Amino acid sequence: MKSVLPILTIVAAIFLFWIVSVVPMNMHLTADQAQRDGLVVSPETPVERQAYSGIGLTLMNTGLIGRTYLLERPRLPSPHQVGFELWDTVFDKKITSRRSLVYHGWVTLSATLLGFAIGTTLGILLAVGIVYNKAMDMSVMPWAIASQTIPILALAPMIIVMLGAIGIQGLLPKAVISAYLSFFPVVVGMVKGLRSPDGMQLDLLRTYSASPAQGLWKLRLPASVPYLFASLKIGISASLVGAIVAELPTGARAGFGARMLVGDQYGQPMVTWAALFAAAITAAALVGLFSLIERWTLRRMGMQAA
Amino acid sequence: MAIISALGIWGAGWFVNTLLARSAAAGTRAVKLLVPAIFGLTLLIMWELLVRMLEISPVILPPPTMIANRFAGEIPTLWADFEQTIIKGAMTGYIIGGLAAFGVAILADRSDFLTRGILPVGGFMAALPIVGTAPIFVRWLGSDWQSKAAVVAVMVFFPILVNTVAGLRDTTSMQRDLMRTYGAGYWATLFRLRLPAAMPFIFNGLKIATTLALIGAIVAEFFGSPTVGMGFRISTSVGQLALDMVWAEIVVAALAGSAFYGLMAWIESWVTFWHPSQRK
Repeated sequence: MKSVLPILTIVAAIFLFWIVSVVPMNMHLTADQAQRDGLVVSPETPVERQAYSGIGLTLMNTGLIGRTYLLERPRLPSPHQVGFELWDTVFDKKITSRRSLVYHGWVTLSATLLGFAIGTTLGILLAVGIVYNKAMDMSVMPWAIASQTIPILALAPMIIVMLGAIGIQGLLPKAVISAYLSFFPVVVGMVKGLRSPDGMQLDLLRTYSASPAQGLWKLRLPASVPYLFASLKIGISASLVGAIVAELPTGARAGFGARMLVGDQYGQPMVTWAALFAAAITAAALVGLFSLIERWTLRRMGMQAA
Repeated sequence: MAIISALGIWGAGWFVNTLLARSAAAGTRAVKLLVPAIFGLTLLIMWELLVRMLEISPVILPPPTMIANRFAGEIPTLWADFEQTIIKGAMTGYIIGGLAAFGVAILADRSDFLTRGILPVGGFMAALPIVGTAPIFVRWLGSDWQSKAAVVAVMVFFPILVNTVAGLRDTTSMQRDLMRTYGAGYWATLFRLRLPAAMPFIFNGLKIATTLALIGAIVAEFFGSPTVGMGFRISTSVGQLALDMVWAEIVVAALAGSAFYGLMAWIESWVTFWHPSQRK
């Protein structure tokens, strides 16, 4: 509770920086617009104005500061403009409409969740295999670790084309990329978790003459739960980033990534920014949801977070 | 027939690996390198066999030999792309973002209030899809490497910031009291005790950021770039269905990513030789 005030201070500072930046970023556009509306602008031609920086131009035209926040197509939209666009496209549009962010959000979210489920399941299975089979551990584990250093997202456009060529389109190619991204954090975390019981605990199970399967279900899996949740939180945000990036270079027509691209190509910065913030809010909500489940589960199991 | 021979190769590779893993030499360094190498080689041979025998079109999946040929034949192009994307885009952004994060962390560290705000907010920002800002930066800074460096700088900023701030707090009150008994002021304590103690954390952030830097630089090129660069080459080659070229770029990305990470890990072992995780 005692960090609420510091957090609010930092958030307020970020917003203040944003609001102040709007003025110099938009000044050139504002000056051009004001001149067309018949106002006096201090260097008189746009060419002369190009010679000045945004800050310099602001100092010469302090009267125009208010107008920088009201541009229809600003270089940097102000927070209230992004807020209105978000509110408008989330609450005031029908969910089925192509302009509704809820609709686009669901397109991205469904691919994210499908991919996350596939990636997590495969990751847990592979981790169990690695812990119980030494050959698998020695062959696969170095590759799993090395693959973390590779910019996997660069593969996204190719995977979509590859799957498209054999007739798979829509949800699944995006889900494959999401699955790929959430797969490795889960493998690495679960291997650590399944190995976390110490020798004493394993010996105790042996004195009970427990079978390997019982050892897995009654000791190793429960012991790995804190590690699993730590990986799940990394995995879900990686999945979302994967699904969004998968929409970017491939001309997808729906989803957060598609909205960002549309806003960029048709010169509607508010659309891009609203999609960006909606994606950020979705990511925050997903991570928050997993933190809640984590806290609840660990409390029920009497454990601490890894 | 193709499936059976592929399975045969898989079985043979697996058999050798199982033998090696169970043998008395399993703990030696050579075997530890040999086993993953055999596994990787098995996969490559299976890939080559399946693609050739099932006559899969190279538009869907080119065989490894074709990719290797393309790689060897296009080294000048690949090098130009590497220079544009990795050296100019990713490295510049990585250095700018890292220095900025480091500076902010040192400044914020003087106030406990700010630290308590920065840790959760920074951790939250690090989980956000910041790659999405790429089209905005490309619009602001043009399509050359400057916009890529900006995206990379923003992406690497938060992980490095959070780790540095967390690291600077990682000294015990006993250690700080000792510094005080030596009459050490703020700067002496910072340079002699707290920065060295923070190094394992800082390098953790720096290592996480290596992959992010490459992702940022490559993905940002999908939104506009001069006619050179890895992201540009990947997106145009996908359009031309020249998938062997795409794979060659991915090999470059993988090599660059591993080398970058390896470099950071090497510097880390050199700087934090005293840390338990570095003991041989």
